[in-house]
Amino acid sequence: MEEHDNKFQSRIDAGEFVEPKDSMPDAYRNHLIRQMSQHAHSEVIGMQPEGNWISRAPSLRAKQILLAKIQDEGGHGLYLYSAAETLGISRSEMIDQLQKGKAKYSNIFNYPALTWADIGAIGWLVDGAAIVNQISLQRTSYGPYSRAMLRICKEESFHQRQGYEIMAKMMKGTKEQQEMAQDAMNRWWWPALMMFGPHDSDSPHSSDAFRWKIKREGNDELRQKFIDKTVQQSEVIGLTIPDKELKWNEQKNIYDHGEINWDEFNQVIRGNGPCNKQRMEHHIKYHEEGAWVREAAEAFKNKKAKKENLINA
Amino acid sequence: MATDTQLDLWEVFIQPKSGNRYAHAGSIHASDKKMAIQNARDIYTRRGEGTSIWVVPSNCIIASDPNDEDMLFEPSNDKVYRHPTFYEMPEGAKNI
Ligand SMILES: [Fe+2]
Ligand SMILES: [Fe+2]
Repeated sequence: MEEHDNKFQSRIDAGEFVEPKDSMPDAYRNHLIRQMSQHAHSEVIGMQPEGNWISRAPSLRAKQILLAKIQDEGGHGLYLYSAAETLGISRSEMIDQLQKGKAKYSNIFNYPALTWADIGAIGWLVDGAAIVNQISLQRTSYGPYSRAMLRICKEESFHQRQGYEIMAKMMKGTKEQQEMAQDAMNRWWWPALMMFGPHDSDSPHSSDAFRWKIKREGNDELRQKFIDKTVQQSEVIGLTIPDKELKWNEQKNIYDHGEINWDEFNQVIRGNGPCNKQRMEHHIKYHEEGAWVREAAEAFKNKKAKKENLINA
Repeated sequence: MATDTQLDLWEVFIQPKSGNRYAHAGSIHASDKKMAIQNARDIYTRRGEGTSIWVVPSNCIIASDPNDEDMLFEPSNDKVYRHPTFYEMPEGAKNI
């Protein structure tokens, strides 16, 4: 067993990718199943806060963009579920784990999208943070995961830009629109920073993930990248980042920032965020209401197969 | 709920441009060929990624065993004469 693990580790150290049929330690497989299914669930649950605004989008253009963006997120969920299936878990099992609360999804989607500016903030900040993380995952050691990330990153840049465009437009609008944009910024900034997870020093699974090159950069490193590029973008459109301690550090060439409220983070993870209950109820409701479609498709397939057998007999 | 499945698994191959080879894009779930093509179209070609799609039931794909890698691919390494650079061409010969 140990010899097998050493051989696996030397493949990883040599920069090789792992493919579905390759032998791999159970812990590596389980780590990936957990991470990839959580990633897939996040894409799918993430459709809810935005879906809430499709019928209220302020123009036809805005509505088309939002629909296309949400459709992409559904696609991302599907790429990731099928990439995770190559590890030997079925999509039904993953969905079941989600619905029973055994699998998590990104905390960020437990916050509500209250105004149209939230749609701007989600695209710009939430997708923006996701992109930083996903670019790093393009080089993850599991082949199917890495390939899914390449495809997803190509699609994500439109998501971030459409969000930033909404914010920029509102900041050029009336005083009320500007306030609405700043309010959305105030509510989404900190949860967006929490998306990168706890500090590396407090992060429970990270050492294995680094050793196996599932993860290439630390949570704090990625979070810093996101902050450093977002500050300038917010200045350009006149938004204020809701962090009084945020300031440029000449020596380190990065922005220093205030401490994240980890109590809030842990509360939301434990299920006490503003929308946890609603998100899960919605997912279960529509999953169950769609069951007849899947059953009908199966019945149709079986009926056709029977007919073909009769003809061939 | 025994009949509530996630449908069968299919592999999707896409030809990016006319004349190009088909490349594996990922997989989808569908109950039959028609749904498989439709789902592959919706999931993998929303931005003009392809001109044509193949879908294949995943259980019809036979893959080589990674443990056989040496046995399968090693023998070609000692056959350098399969490469054009192996041959010595006379001084001055052109277009060869
Ligand atoms: Fe996404
Ligand atoms: Fe996105």
